[in-house]
Amino acid sequence: MANNLIEFRNLRTNFYTSSGVVKAVNDVSFSIREGETLCVVGESGCGKSVTAMSLMRLVSPPGKTEGGQILYKGQDLLTLKERDMRHIRGNEIAMIFQEPMTSLNPVLTIGDQITEPLLIHKGMTRKDAKKRAIELIELVGIPRAAKIFDSYPHELSGGMRQRIMIAIALSCDPKLLIADEPTTALDVTIQAQILDLMRNIKSEFNTAIMMITHDLGVVAEMADHVVVMYAGKVIEEAPVHELFANPKHPYTQGLMRAKPIINQRQDRLYTIPGQVPNPVELGNNCYFNERCEHCMSLCVEKPPILTTYENKHKAACWLYEKGGEVS
Amino acid sequence: MSEAVVRSNAVEVKPPTKKPASPWRLALREMRKNKLAMAGFVVLILMFLFCFVGPLLSPYSINDAMNVRNGNKPPSAQHWLGTDKVGRDVLLRVMLAGRTSLLVGIVAMMVSVAIGSTLGAIAGYYRGWVDTIIMRLADIIMSIPSLPILIILGAALSELKMDPANRIYLVMFIIGFLSWPGLARLVRGQILMLREQEFMQAAEVLGLRDRRKIFRHLLPNTVPIIIVVATLSVANGILTESVLSFLGLGVVPPTPSWGNMISAANSMIEFQKRPWLWIPPGVCIFITVVAINVMGDGLRDALDPKSKR
Repeated sequence: MANNLIEFRNLRTNFYTSSGVVKAVNDVSFSIREGETLCVVGESGCGKSVTAMSLMRLVSPPGKTEGGQILYKGQDLLTLKERDMRHIRGNEIAMIFQEPMTSLNPVLTIGDQITEPLLIHKGMTRKDAKKRAIELIELVGIPRAAKIFDSYPHELSGGMRQRIMIAIALSCDPKLLIADEPTTALDVTIQAQILDLMRNIKSEFNTAIMMITHDLGVVAEMADHVVVMYAGKVIEEAPVHELFANPKHPYTQGLMRAKPIINQRQDRLYTIPGQVPNPVELGNNCYFNERCEHCMSLCVEKPPILTTYENKHKAACWLYEKGGEVS
Repeated sequence: MSEAVVRSNAVEVKPPTKKPASPWRLALREMRKNKLAMAGFVVLILMFLFCFVGPLLSPYSINDAMNVRNGNKPPSAQHWLGTDKVGRDVLLRVMLAGRTSLLVGIVAMMVSVAIGSTLGAIAGYYRGWVDTIIMRLADIIMSIPSLPILIILGAALSELKMDPANRIYLVMFIIGFLSWPGLARLVRGQILMLREQEFMQAAEVLGLRDRRKIFRHLLPNTVPIIIVVATLSVANGILTESVLSFLGLGVVPPTPSWGNMISAANSMIEFQKRPWLWIPPGVCIFITVVAINVMGDGLRDALDPKSKR
């Protein structure tokens, strides 16, 4: 397929808390190709959002990105000057957030907020920016665009605000759109509309999307490629069909089994036993070992390495190293 | 009759679509419901008209020659509020004094708002050592008792033989400069809270400069607080100016100000026998300050969403 747009290489982001160092992103490597939708899945606190914020270079203290590289078009974003980085944010890489209700500034009109990146990054005149903004509002499927342009955020519903957020993110034709749980705060019908909208945008503008979610339904619907994270590490990575058909890591298998199946009666959904390990006290082992049904002595001794198997499928689990299969 | 009913129905349906309901317009609507605050506002407007338009309607002028023989006359048809000891019309002087006092109050407010909100926003946005420096500076200014400082400054200015006309401006700036820390603290507190909001993260991913983030995205969110503090600080400025002028350290004669007119009450004979000299400026100070404070409280209620009943 197309070239790599973004490449994470051994990224490490640590948080220095009073109770110890939290390795929020621990040696993470994966890449996003041009025009591809990549979903990052994992439970709360596994480092999905921190990975995205590291890419934007907006990890705030006590967090610090301390190792690795993030290559964008061949240049390392982590060593870029702040001024050049500012030019990339919002212009080449845009981002939308989980909470549409609070992501817009309450005292500025919708128009002010959509035109802002156009005025700053594209150097448009106010008049051109307004024209473009109204086009964008129409593009994200809001009628009466000219009126919405002069409205304030409190006059719009959650779904509309998320559309406006998407319009702002798209204003400068970014190469990559990071969506951090864009549908979590919306109800199901609106969720479906927003996902449709994002799919259309992707096909129309060939924008790559890095979608962060914990909803496997969203993954199945949107993704080309999936990265599964657990406790700051990538434990499995595969094209979406391959992952759903043939999950390798016991954690991913657990997630798949924990999903309700329509038209099938189940008294109780499967749950993965145990809890996410405390991120401060991670030892030198497989972080999933305490919860894993297939835990072996090797799993407690050293961490597995992300290894590539057939069909572009990568997994970090000792079970496969020995050529064994999970029964 | 039926037509009237139809029209009133139409009016009921229409209004929300007229103009986008900006937060300001909503607050204004809220403010209109508060009778006391509106009364304060009206009184204030009347006071401005009295001071700025009034002198134009007076048959007397500031350039009239002094006439001691006409001095110390009680209120009469010619001189509604009597005359002072050199025969000047007290009503005219009260009006002109009002210009000075209101101007001092407003300019002092603008100086304090400009310094206070900018420094407060910068301190709150950058935190760390910038915050420490600015806030310790504010603490220092706040912990200096302002009256002694003003008295010392006033005395120093008198020594320097400054032109009385320019002296007003200095008084304005000094009062403004001494009153910014309170506002700076409030704005800083607000900015500290606002900068952690999601919309600021959203502004950050747009790649905005710090200056734009502070002055376009953060400060407008603190405007309600700034407006309230600014309104109240006008009253405070007027009072401070009056105190200084009363003590002979602020605005000095012949430029009239309400404060230096009241100082007529200093002498026993004028206090007892010629109340028309000091009651009118005193009443003006009282009315203006009460009106501003009442309006400021109303504004606070209108602009603070949490205080809505």
